[in-house]
Amino acid sequence: MKAKVLIRPKAGILDPQGKAVERSLPALGFEGVHDVRVGRLVELEVDDPSQLDALCEKLLANPLIEDYEVILDEASSNGTGPA
Amino acid sequence: MIGVVQFPGSCDERDALAAAERVAEARLVWHEETDLRGLDGVIVPGGFSYGDYLRAGAIARFAPAMESVARFAAEGGPVLGICNGFQVLCEAGLLPGALLPNAELRFVCRQVELVAEGFGGPFAADIAPGDRLSIPIKHMSGRYFAPDAELDRLEADGQVAFRYAEDWNNPNGSARNIAGVTNEGGNVLGLMPHPEHAVDPLTGSDDGLALFRALARQRVAA
Repeated sequence: MKAKVLIRPKAGILDPQGKAVERSLPALGFEGVHDVRVGRLVELEVDDPSQLDALCEKLLANPLIEDYEVILDEASSNGTGPA
Repeated sequence: MIGVVQFPGSCDERDALAAAERVAEARLVWHEETDLRGLDGVIVPGGFSYGDYLRAGAIARFAPAMESVARFAAEGGPVLGICNGFQVLCEAGLLPGALLPNAELRFVCRQVELVAEGFGGPFAADIAPGDRLSIPIKHMSGRYFAPDAELDRLEADGQVAFRYAEDWNNPNGSARNIAGVTNEGGNVLGLMPHPEHAVDPLTGSDDGLALFRALARQRVAA
């Protein structure tokens, strides 16, 4: 099954990447953009989606500083996995 | 014998080895090695272990050598993590907190003044609270972070080892100017500055030697 994992800096933690992007936008003529936060998207295919939370906690995200969200693409399941 | 862990992507292991050799016998420990018998202290050096992919230190914590280092630390063995080594030890849960990208998003490379706190454990042997150490930093992700309650606890328990001196600029936005912390037992110390680059007056300072001498003293005591 295909899955996406969205990883974001936790609320309240300074995100200098987001700030840099936000500060650069007015120079390009894009006004009124606020609260830009830059995270990470991990796409993967997994046989057993029940592993996803554990692998996010252990490797893909650092739960101290990042939140993650798993988005399963149910339509991608080929029926052979344990899911 | 002091062991210096070498990951693919390490770049300061030779300087760490040279610094350790000033005060003791030392050797490199390849990242696939798991037998740490005969070592009295371990250094996890700076660099970009495994390319620092995902997050700095995130992959290196699963290296075979790191599992042995975790056991070594649990048994009370002294472990010194420098820069990337500090990041690896935080990712491994051997030290509290995390290192985030510098607040100014710039790589910082310069000499800084550290002030020692009243911390415990083997690394404090030659260092008194209030001592100032001149040691270089060079990093992109050195902004120390832990939740406020955790920071309060670290300060109360004497686990904050070094802060950037207040009359110097906090170089990376670290919480409460923290440059280095220890674990609860004091036998694991991590810091962003590079004591291995401050071991000879010829290069500006030998203030970093105190930490290597502390590792060597463990050898004598063992």
